[in-house]
Amino acid sequence: MEFILSKFNYLMYIAMMMIGFYAMIAKHNLVKKVIGMNIFQAAIILFYISIGAKKGATIPILEGGEHHAISPESIQVAHYINPLPHVLMLTAIVVGVSVTGVALALIILIYRRYKTIEEDEILRRLS
Amino acid sequence: MIHQAPALTIATLLLSAFWIPILGMFKKESAYYIALAALFLSFASACVTLYSVLLHGTVHYHMGGWLPPWGIEFVIDYLNAGILALIALISFLTTIAAKESVKQEINRDKWPAFWSLYLLLIMSLMGMTETGDMFNMYVYLEVSSLTAYGLIAMGEDGALMASFNYLILGSVGASFYLLGVGYLYIVTGSLNMADLYRLIPGLYHSKVVFTAFAFFMVGIGIKMGLFPLHVWLPDAYTRAPSSISTLIAPTMTKVSVYVLFRIILSVFHIQFSTTIIPAAKLLLWIAAVGIIYGSIMAIAQKDIKRMLAYSSISQIGYIVLGIALANRMGLIGGALHIFSHAFAKGCLFMVAMAIVYKTGIRNIDEFKDLNKKMPFTMAAFCIAALSMVGVPPTAGFFSKWYIVLGTISGRHWTLTAVILASSLLNAIYFFRIIEKTYFSSFLGGGGHGHHEAPSVAIAEAPVTMVIPILIMAVGILAAGIFNFQIIHHLLQFIIPKGLV
Amino acid sequence: MIKRYDNLIIEFFCRIIAAPVFLFGVYIIFHGEASPGGGFQGGVILGAGYIMLAIAYGIDFTLKRLREKVILFLSCFGVFIYGGIGAACILWQGNFLDYGKLPLPLTHANAIRGIGIMGVEIGVGLTVMGVMVSIYYDLIVAGGVQPEIKGE
Repeated sequence: MEFILSKFNYLMYIAMMMIGFYAMIAKHNLVKKVIGMNIFQAAIILFYISIGAKKGATIPILEGGEHHAISPESIQVAHYINPLPHVLMLTAIVVGVSVTGVALALIILIYRRYKTIEEDEILRRLS
Repeated sequence: MIHQAPALTIATLLLSAFWIPILGMFKKESAYYIALAALFLSFASACVTLYSVLLHGTVHYHMGGWLPPWGIEFVIDYLNAGILALIALISFLTTIAAKESVKQEINRDKWPAFWSLYLLLIMSLMGMTETGDMFNMYVYLEVSSLTAYGLIAMGEDGALMASFNYLILGSVGASFYLLGVGYLYIVTGSLNMADLYRLIPGLYHSKVVFTAFAFFMVGIGIKMGLFPLHVWLPDAYTRAPSSISTLIAPTMTKVSVYVLFRIILSVFHIQFSTTIIPAAKLLLWIAAVGIIYGSIMAIAQKDIKRMLAYSSISQIGYIVLGIALANRMGLIGGALHIFSHAFAKGCLFMVAMAIVYKTGIRNIDEFKDLNKKMPFTMAAFCIAALSMVGVPPTAGFFSKWYIVLGTISGRHWTLTAVILASSLLNAIYFFRIIEKTYFSSFLGGGGHGHHEAPSVAIAEAPVTMVIPILIMAVGILAAGIFNFQIIHHLLQFIIPKGLV
Repeated sequence: MIKRYDNLIIEFFCRIIAAPVFLFGVYIIFHGEASPGGGFQGGVILGAGYIMLAIAYGIDFTLKRLREKVILFLSCFGVFIYGGIGAACILWQGNFLDYGKLPLPLTHANAIRGIGIMGVEIGVGLTVMGVMVSIYYDLIVAGGVQPEIKGE
């Protein structure tokens, strides 16, 4: 029980990743494959964000200004959550959106050409 | 300005790639000339970077002025510099040769979009070669994949499904790479390659590092077409427009193999792959199976582009074999094979592009009399085919020779036999084409008494295609004849210290 | 083709809420340097606001106001702002994107970096908005340029 609770985020991300991967492989409809790819990438994004969290920490924004400057010695790193995984995942989210956009454009062209978006139908018409 | 050359290789292409759609709204033909000018500037910057590395050693370029490991840096050392110049040269020659082929194959309204994506693909490949930061490498990997999906989809009839398959598989590969970076970040807290090299040896007991290594291997394996993960490659290379096959085949898989080099040599120590986990042994056997599989499947093909695609799978197996041997000869052989295969495959795909442009022939059985119609093109094909088989003095012979020496010094006799057997298989499918082209009028036309063959007019490909083909063929010979200079000045410094 | 959705409530409500959505998007872009926010997020909100108007009022209405060519120009212009600031840093002997070397008349050295970051965020926000709207146009507009697929 403690194993499940202490590593909850890892187990969740693995479950989501496997669901997305299953959808990419086993479903025949092309749009369902793209949705599976989205779930797969969302699982990775959630995993990254979860590793930045710390117990009892606050958001990583320093309040400063002209009146009270902040010296580097007064900041204790353990009080703030790690902002780097969040920043990395911004890029990963944008990449995911772009890949989805390209995939959907390809699906529209495939539909116009083959009049179906089921993969086994298309393979039958290709060969 | 010489100090800024690593960034200029990327910045020129980035800015020009976004000028092309704007100017293309007014005049569609201007897209090509902007692309050519931008590639020339980028090629000049890459040569300046190579020269600077040869003179001064490793070049460190800090993006934004931030010192590593807080900032992203570009590290160009002896392994990088040659590959950077190689990619710039091949892209430049391909762009010169591709002008007529693009005019024939791609719809005129799409020219600005095509050339813009083309420049972004080359920019991302150069960025992947130069960077020294793991997450930055992921960004460039995804940019190269996205532009490749778009460019491949512009091809012939089955291109849409080929591009879609590549999309699904490529996303899985890149996501696995991202997972590997994440796992390494959890245990070390750093994303910089040099920093990871320093921190990982203290963590050999942890399973997280093993898992990260496994994710990297699978992710990069999908991208480079290693044996069981290669399934997207034949369709993508065959159905893409000819100019895109000519661009992608020599460059994209080579850059992914370079990433494998980096991960095995400069992020994880070489001892990790040989002694801590038996990764090198596993890669050896996978590469060996891949070599044989690629050669056998290539023999069975009738379409020339598909045959060259399977041949690429086989040659990637050679390079991975060289890396996985993990001794001095093997690493040098693998690195030299990157150069020789890039030149040879680029020349072969350019010849295929010229043949498809001029005559529309894709099937090997119809290659009769091509040597009379296109003499220069087929001469370059012969030189490139000799390099793929491994005949001196072409570059292919020397790189295979070093890899064979590596297998002998590591006492893997089975692998020596595999390499020699696959050279024989390569000879089968390349010499079959040469026989059909050059000798079919002698052998098939009926025996004695048939002295005057009907004369066929020379209908050579346009000059913009023939000149780059000949330059590539000269490059194959030069890389072979001067291979000792290449190794002595450039490649021998990539071997980590203490490797036998 | 998406036709105009004849419902007075939706049109009225979307028209009222569109202005705060755009304002919120611009707010997020400009707060990118010192707090959560930035180019990507603000650009997506701007794009989403515009797509909401396109869904409420029909595609013809919004296509007349923001043509495809203008959106293409907007996307490219955003990358020029980003690349231009980076290249300008090279002209003043910094590395690429080294904002500290730009010759702005500000007292504190970090304030120049802040202005540089804000410029890049504006560029990125414009590009992301342009790309979001352009993806929506390409997926919805059934007419326009028909791609010639070889072999058809």
